Amino acid sequence: MSDFRISRRGFVHGASALGAAGLLGSTSNRALAAGVTIGIVYVGPRDDFGWNQAHSMAIKALKALPGIKAVEEENVAETDACAKAMESMVNLDGANIVLGTSFGYFTPFMVDLAKKYPKVEFRHAAPLWDASKHPKNLGSYFGYLNQAHYVDGVAAGLSTKSNKLGFVAAKPISSVLSNINSFLLGARKVNPNATVQVIFTGDWSLPVREAEATNALVDAGCDVITCHVDGPKVVIETAEKRGVKTCGHNASQAPLAPKGFITGAEYKWETIYKIYADKLAKGEPLPNMLAGGYDTDMVMNTPFGAGATEEARKAGAAAIADLKAKKPIYTGMLKDNKGKLVIDKSYDNYDPYLDQMNYLLEGVVGSIT
Amino acid sequence: MSDSLLATVFVAILGGALRVSTPFMFVALGECLTEKSGRVNLGLEGTLVMGAMSAYAVSYHSGSPWLGVLAAGCAGAALGSIHGFVCKLPRVNDIAFGIAMMLLGTGLAFFFGKAYIQPTAPRLDSISLGAWTGNAKLTSALQIHPLLLIGIVVAIIMYWAFANTRWGLLVRMSGDSAASARAMGVSVDLVRFLATAAGGFLAGVGGAFLSLYYPGSWNQGLSSGQGLMAVALVIFARWNPLRCVAAAFLFGATGAIGPALQSVGVTQGYYFFNAAPYILTLLIMVGSAGSKNASRDAPGELSITK
Repeated sequence: MSDFRISRRGFVHGASALGAAGLLGSTSNRALAAGVTIGIVYVGPRDDFGWNQAHSMAIKALKALPGIKAVEEENVAETDACAKAMESMVNLDGANIVLGTSFGYFTPFMVDLAKKYPKVEFRHAAPLWDASKHPKNLGSYFGYLNQAHYVDGVAAGLSTKSNKLGFVAAKPISSVLSNINSFLLGARKVNPNATVQVIFTGDWSLPVREAEATNALVDAGCDVITCHVDGPKVVIETAEKRGVKTCGHNASQAPLAPKGFITGAEYKWETIYKIYADKLAKGEPLPNMLAGGYDTDMVMNTPFGAGATEEARKAGAAAIADLKAKKPIYTGMLKDNKGKLVIDKSYDNYDPYLDQMNYLLEGVVGSIT
Repeated sequence: MSDSLLATVFVAILGGALRVSTPFMFVALGECLTEKSGRVNLGLEGTLVMGAMSAYAVSYHSGSPWLGVLAAGCAGAALGSIHGFVCKLPRVNDIAFGIAMMLLGTGLAFFFGKAYIQPTAPRLDSISLGAWTGNAKLTSALQIHPLLLIGIVVAIIMYWAFANTRWGLLVRMSGDSAASARAMGVSVDLVRFLATAAGGFLAGVGGAFLSLYYPGSWNQGLSSGQGLMAVALVIFARWNPLRCVAAAFLFGATGAIGPALQSVGVTQGYYFFNAAPYILTLLIMVGSAGSKNASRDAPGELSITK
């Protein structure tokens, strides 16, 4: 990256646009104008109201900045197809960095490509990169969405009447469990009587079963429903039809529930992608691991909707302020819902112990097996 | 489990059966008609998805969900016609071509459906049959959609028509013995073409139910294999339209067991309960496969039984 030539016009243009937006430090502006091409590959449609949409919104925001070109490809399966898509981004579009947003893209596809194209940076949206095993031009990034689910919980705990919250979850893996537990802790913080009832559907995208699970939770008396599935559209719409409130996941689902939407947990990939673009433009090395939560502006909550009570809005805003100040979510003593002590002290929000989560806390009705 | 919990589970299963079974029913009835005429159409999964997409798109543009249902049926009939036309050409294997049609249908639906993932289309309304009970859970479980009733009526008409009408006889004859049908001067190809197109129409309408009523939105994972499962249900129902309806209900009801049990706190083993429909189907198939009736019911001209 030594051959950046910057015209004065380009520099002024970039500097003023970015300076006005106040998004990045002034040192970065001139280099950004020189041009960075970002390639990004999605596993599903870009407008799925979920995971893919969250990434695509970030890319859209990035594209608006001068000097940044983005090439996107959607509906790319976790097979050889993703390697082909990424390779063509490198060879035909001259991508400086390729972002893979689906879990299964990493091994072997992105690992092999990173070895084959050592001058191109590859980054993958799940914490899989290992310094001892993987090339240096490969890396991982992700957001601690559980912090935003905690805020959801706080707002939900003050918006429920039945004190029963429902959670439609795909699979009992640690990131899902962490979202459920954080949602509970948020609700319990403001409403000690709140419980969270979980239904696992068994897979990431099963619209009919997600609708069934939502109906079952409403029938069981839950009056706030949230979820962790790939596309929360069906869950939010079904709950809205049944007249209960909802909290979102991954991207904004506010338009789907004009009456009952409280708030939602959203990724802010924009922050991460801007760091990459900025460093690339300056020719600085990219971090191999980049992750964070509210304190580094990598997650956010959807603006409060009609379902949020006045108290919920206030408490939600306070919870966000706490998280920005790195106040821990998991503080002992906490038992799991089988009675075993699992949180014996106060854990930092990024403590690796919490990444290993394999339990549901007391107050969650549900089982991981 | 206390009585009230049992009641909750029962109501949830009933509600599940009423909500989930309709697409299975329509696809199964469509396939039943096609197979009765002696042809297999494995492409109905694609037809279902295509129907769901067309219904949503037409409902969005026209503002009328029922127009969407009609459009879904027409899209299904079009796909069925392609299958019907190509399969009458010499040396075409209907199973292989059906799989191609399945991929074509889903591919087309994803391609044209891209623009309709975000917008919200007008949906179909339901009829409330449970208001008299005064019980909120029962009321919500007994929300049913007119398409469900239409499906049952279609099944009854098909059952009656197969046994009592000349058209029914022609379909059955083409399916059981093409040679006899030809001897009578019947164009077997035409009968099969029409039966496949009509079967496609029904499957398309099933898709409309998915996107316009339950779960009621268009996205690419909408069907997740329901069309394929419904084709299998036809064999399970032994080519009898009434049994197709029963099989669809059974499948919908067992599918609701998993979420219903978790909602009342029976949370262990949900993977097992989620697999219940498939396990049950397998068990009944194994149980009934031994009987002589099973093989007698199969249309004689089917490429899978011949």
